[in-house]
Formats: sequence, C-alpha cells, structure tokens
Amino acid sequence: MFRFLLSRLALIVPTFFGITVIAFLFPRLLKGDPVLLLSGERGVSPERYAMLNEQFGFDRPLIVQYFDYVWHLLGGDFGTSIATKSPVLHDFFALFPATVELSLFAVTFAVIIGIPAGIIAAVKRGSLFDQGAMGIALAGYSMPIFWWGLLLIVIFSTTLGWTPIDGRIGLRYFFDSVTGFMTIDALISGQRGAFSSAVSHLILPTIVLGTIPLAVIARQTRSAMLEVLSEDYIRTARAKGLPPRRVIGVHALRNALIPVVTTIGLQTGLLLAGAILTEHIFSWPGIGKWMLDSLSQRDYPAVQGGLILIALVVMVVNIIVDVLYGLINPAIRYRS
Amino acid sequence: MRKTVALFAATAFATLISGGALAQTLVYCSEGSPEGFDPGPFTAGTTFDATRPVYDRLVHFEPGTTSVVPGLGLAESWDVSDDGLTYTFHIKPGVKFHTTGYFTPTRDLNADDVIFSFTRQSDQSSPWYQYSPGISWEYYNAMSMPDLIASIERVDDLTVAFHLTRPEAPFIANMGMDFASIVSKEYADQLQAAGNMVQFNQMPIGTGPFEFVAYQQDATIRYARFDDYWGTPAGVENLIFSITVDASVRAQKLIAGECDIMPYPNPADIAMLAANPNIVLEQQEGLNVGFLAYNTQQAPFDNPQVRTALNMAINKPAILEAVYQGFGQAAINPIPPTMWSYNTNIQDWEYNPTAARAMLEAAGVTNLTMNVWAMPVSRPYNPNARRMAELIQADFAAVGVTVNIVSYEWGEYLARSQEVTRDGAVLLGWNGDNGDPDNFLAVLLGCDAVGGANRAQWCNAEFDALVQQAKTVADQDERAALYMQAQEIFHAEAPWAPIAHSVAVMPVRSNVQGYVMNPFAIHEFATVTVQ
Repeated sequence: MFRFLLSRLALIVPTFFGITVIAFLFPRLLKGDPVLLLSGERGVSPERYAMLNEQFGFDRPLIVQYFDYVWHLLGGDFGTSIATKSPVLHDFFALFPATVELSLFAVTFAVIIGIPAGIIAAVKRGSLFDQGAMGIALAGYSMPIFWWGLLLIVIFSTTLGWTPIDGRIGLRYFFDSVTGFMTIDALISGQRGAFSSAVSHLILPTIVLGTIPLAVIARQTRSAMLEVLSEDYIRTARAKGLPPRRVIGVHALRNALIPVVTTIGLQTGLLLAGAILTEHIFSWPGIGKWMLDSLSQRDYPAVQGGLILIALVVMVVNIIVDVLYGLINPAIRYRS
Repeated sequence: MRKTVALFAATAFATLISGGALAQTLVYCSEGSPEGFDPGPFTAGTTFDATRPVYDRLVHFEPGTTSVVPGLGLAESWDVSDDGLTYTFHIKPGVKFHTTGYFTPTRDLNADDVIFSFTRQSDQSSPWYQYSPGISWEYYNAMSMPDLIASIERVDDLTVAFHLTRPEAPFIANMGMDFASIVSKEYADQLQAAGNMVQFNQMPIGTGPFEFVAYQQDATIRYARFDDYWGTPAGVENLIFSITVDASVRAQKLIAGECDIMPYPNPADIAMLAANPNIVLEQQEGLNVGFLAYNTQQAPFDNPQVRTALNMAINKPAILEAVYQGFGQAAINPIPPTMWSYNTNIQDWEYNPTAARAMLEAAGVTNLTMNVWAMPVSRPYNPNARRMAELIQADFAAVGVTVNIVSYEWGEYLARSQEVTRDGAVLLGWNGDNGDPDNFLAVLLGCDAVGGANRAQWCNAEFDALVQQAKTVADQDERAALYMQAQEIFHAEAPWAPIAHSVAVMPVRSNVQGYVMNPFAIHEFATVTVQ
C-alpha cells in the first residue's frame, strides 16, 4: 500500500510543473490586456502603458516571466492580484472554504440519493421506479443550472418563504471566521439560531449544485449494478440461497462501487474547481466566481494562481480516490 | 492581531444589531465586490460605493446634483488666486477620524492628512506610492494630476494650498472625486511602523458618516454609524452591503424584504418591481452619453456633410425603445442635459432617410460600405451595443449604406478604437467623473485626446480653443457661454452621432426614506432612514 501511495505521489511533481506551464500560458493566450482593461474608456497614453507594463513585469520575455513566477511559487509566493492588490493566496483561501463546504454538501446529497436510487432502479429494472428515476436523472443532467436555481428561489424562497434566497447565513448573525466553514463557525460562535440559519442557507445551493452529480451517480450506479447483477457469481450466490439483501448489498454493490467511486471522485474534483453558476445565483462567495471575475479582468496572477491551486486540490482528491480504489479492490494496488 | 480585531468588531456589531429586528439597519444589495477599501488605486464604481461611507473629500457635491457647494465637504471654504494657479483650502476644525478596534486616533484631521492623501499618489519616493505590489493610481493619473499639481503647501494646521502648473477651472470638481478622498496619515504611519501597510486597503479609517466594521469577501460589508461624525449623523445605525451579483436574484431579495435598496435592475424585471406595492422605483437621468464616433480623418467621414447625413439616417426613438427599454433619452449634444452649460438652443438632426440619402449623393457618396464597431460589453450608457449596431445597420441600409458590424474583446476594442487609422465608426460612451463639461468636451473631443479617448479623431481648432479657454476662466457663467459655443461647433461638424443618455433606475423598498440618487452613479446612504 505504501509503494502504491508513493507511486501516486511521485506523479505529482511532473504534473505540477506541467500545470504551471498551462496555468501561466492560458490567460496570456486569451485576447485582452490587463493594462488596457485597467484604464477603460479613457484609454492610456503609450508612456503610461509602458510604465504599467514594466511595473507589472509584463514587459519581460515570457520565458523570463515564467521562470520568475515558478521561482516565487516554490517560495510559496503566488503573486498579487492586479484587481484587488491582495496576495493571491489570501484571496483564494478566504473563499475556498465556502466552495469546499458547498461541494461536500452537494456531493453528500448526490451520494445519499443517487446510489440508493441507482441500486433500486437496477434491481427493479424496467419498473415504473426505474423509468421514473432515470427520466428524472436525465432531466436533472440536462437542466440549465441557471434556470433551475432561479426556479427554486421563486418557489421556495420568494413565494413560500421556506428558504433564504442567497448568501451563507442570515445578516443578523455576525461572528469571527475560525474555520471558514460557516456551519462549524456558527456552532463555535454559540449564537442562538446561527447554525440553523447556516444550514438553511445551504439547502437550495446544495440541491442545485448536487443535481447533476446526483444524476450522474444514479445512472452510473444503475449501469454498474446491472452489469454486476448479471455475473455468474451473483447467480451462484442467489442459487446458494443467500438473502437478496446480502447478495445486492454485499456481493454486488462492493464490485459495482468501483466505477461509482471514480465518478464521485471526478464529480467532487469538478465541484471543488468552483461551481460558477451556482455561486453566481446564490451569491455564494466561493472560488468559481472569483476565477470568473479574475479571468474577465485578465488578472494574470489571480488566474494562474487559482488554476494551480485548484489543480493541486483536484490532484489530492484523485489520490484519495486512487487509495479508496485500492481499498475496495486489492487487485488494483497489487497490480500497481 | 487581525483575529483579535475581527473578533472585537464581530462582538461590537453583534451587540449593535442584537435585540431582534434589524430595524436600524439598511441592507443594500450591491452588484459586486469592492476591489479594496482605499479609493486611491481603484476606478470602479462598485469600489467607490464601498469606500464612500468611510471617507470624505475636501469638497462634496450637493446631493443629487453635479454642483460643488462650499461647506459640504471637509473644506469649510477655499480661495483661488487671481492668476488661477493657487487653490487654498480651509479645513473644518474638530473633524474626527474613526476610532475602531484597530485604530485609535490621537488627533483631529489636519493639513498633514490632506497633503498625505495626495502625495502618496504622486511621490514615487514615498513608501506609500507602492505600498502593495502592483498598485497604481489610475484616476489620479487619468485626471492629469501629476502634470497639474506643482506642489502642495502646508500653510498652517488647517490650511492647505495647492499650487498648479496652469489655471484649471475643473480643479475644484476634481477634489470632489473619490481618488481625492482624505485618508489618515496617523493611521498610515502606525501601519508602516508595524510593517503591515497592506491593511490600509483592507481595514479603512476615514472621517465619513460610517465606520468600517468587517468585510466577508464576496459576501457582506458591514459598517456602523460614526457617532462623532462632523456632519449630520447617518440615518441608520448599521449599513450592510449584501453582495448579490445576479440582478434577478437582487430583485427577488428586494421583493422578499431581504434587502432595502438594489442597483442596476434587469430591464426585464422592472415591470414586476414597479407592480409591487412595497417597492418604489427611483429614477435619475444619468450623467452619461452613448455615441457613434466616426473617424473624421478617414474618407468619406472627413466630410461633415457625410457625417450629418448619416446622423439624419439614425432612428433614435427606435433605439431608445429596443436598447434602453424606454429608460433613456435621445442625445443631441455631447454633454447630458443635466449638466450646466448644456445648449438647449441646439435641435437634434431631423430623422429623414430621404433627405439623408440625397445629402450623401450630393456629397458624392454612393454604395458606401463601412464598419460599425459594437462593444462586447454592456455599459449604462449603452446596455446592448450589438442590438444598437444592428438597428443602425438597418437605418443606414435604408439610405444605401452597407454596414458590417465588427467587435473585439473589450481591451482590444478600447485599444484599436483609439487608432487614428481605424476604419468606420465606433459605438462607445462615457460616464461623467466630476460633473464638469470639460470632463466630456476636452476628454472626448479635444485635440490632445486624438489617438486616445477622442475616438472621432476630430481636432477642430476653434472648438479646441473654446474648451481650452474655458479651463482658464473662473467664472462659471463665462465658462458656460464658451461651452455653449463649443456645442454649436460640434453640431455643425457632427464628429459623432450622439445616441442617448440613459436613465438610471433604483428600486427601493417603500419603508426606506431619504435616499437621493447620485448623478455620478455612486450610491450613498448617509441620509437614508428606515421606517
């Protein structure tokens, strides 16, 4: 297991350097100049343009800029945002816990509903439940997030008044951020009603963000279960008179879970990369919105720093998935 | 240290708003996050909205107008020398800076603070000139302050003299702009000594009606009323900016009572908001202009007759309906009608495609094909440039002119449209900075701005002489007469087709009283009360 883990960790170093190249080049390949955007309609004189370019270091050859950037990266310096004038790391970590909290809730929501729905649909293949569940999954997968979010707000927040419209907690609650996770900080604060307010603010964004992963997980679980359920060893288990719950829950599900865990890992990685639309609709202060704003302003340090940090997070999630993979199926870690 | 300060602020604010209802709290659903809390290095209105509660300037505009009135700002009065080269400001005595968990002032506002507020933006040897990596003083530079201010003199504790390199009548209006906000030198010194200068942009100290409490990035900004404010105290105890980027969600929050005021409603939501009995739609004619700038240095647009003919081919009422959804008015002059010196004697070009076609033929222009540039972004002065370009395309087709619509990424659009050799006509616009006509006429149409903000590349010696002369005259009536003459020349020469001035709409809940819309599209809340 240790060697397996080591082999995965060894891959991080070249991957990291590959990512720095892509993250550095990507914003520069897009049309647009941060200095021109800074000056707006008024325009900028050639002298001031040259001065600002020099100040930001954009006048140097790309290769020099790149190695300078990587050198600073190795020292833990991700640069300073052109837009906010704050260190990129500061901005990222101020927002990242909000993204993680929402992603975890969304994935949990998707797993708790998606896996059982997929299992039942597979076991009762062709039934009304199967067709209904897969129909809903297809609809969920195809739903425009923007429309879905607004629809839920209009029904549950504005019309019924059951859920708050946006944000992470009611405006009357205000306390120091300790962990960055609003639910935990609300508990720590000890303010009456703060925790329930934080949870209620998570309901709609969780549903909206969790809808697509839920659909994907349900469909994946169903197809994996169908495949496993047709295997000889399942037939043997049934023939031996094992109770159906044990055949499905232990013998079938354990093998069917391998592709499902991969899917959950991929979905989690995607969600951690920032749920731009969900964050936008629910005014959720996460990194998706921050990345989008940085990109539209061609804020090179913020975009490249954000991309690298997100890539690092996704790599870590993938390693965790690989480890889980190995735990579920020992053959995988032995082969590696 | 920061943790302690934040905890202190949290406790203080929680105490302030405890007791159940947020009755003494005004919630403003802002459209975006501020870039920072130091108004000097930034140019975005969203940032100025967030810094206005905290800071004052030497001069303030009369609420709801573009007029500067002595005594409204930190300067009790000012004198201008006969040669127009020295402006002496007399600072109000006893003005307090905010006392917060992170700063306790030991003295009142004085001349040192005023001088520091400006020199930090110009003195490259000052550690504050680059107190955060990549910081730049865009507005200060854009308003030509480095060339204009020769020196700033401390006459006495409460008197500061600005010595200029040339007479500049708009200087007083410039002092009312956000880059000219007065910051605390004592606070800056304290942060410098602590090696924590970046905090200057994160936890502001000013003399304004509200003191800063906390900022949760991209979520909320909290302020509390400053009880020792030198002017009329703010009408509410707490002010919260609830950052809500989506306009439709802002509207839903306003309807649900989760916020009291929202800016920039979606045009599609306005009818719904107007029908709500708990919401009032405040309106204010914007200090802006959207225009189509011909390149007057390229044939056939170098001929005023051709430009006039094209102006006569544009159906402005149709554009106002389709692009501004009725919240705009046809532009006749290059400055908006709310601005002093607006020439009401000038009539708009008659919309007459038949006469326009005849004029083009008389000018020898037939089968003309031209580019019309459509901005890739939405701006208050032009919410949908693509649609506007399509309407102009149809209008010009009716007079025999074929239009190709072109567009570029915004930064590239701004850069390319400045080029003297650029083709065709460019859709663009302008939001006024300081309410002075010079801020439109010289910046957008002056000879110095050719190859820059003068997208028409139009240099008319007579027009330019009038605008330059108006800068040197102190008397406003005399200046107005010069600007009115300049507008007549503009109309005769038609370097642009002025299209529209947009009208800003601000939905406000009916229990909110005393909100005054600001023509500069900055949102201020000191006068607001919540019933």
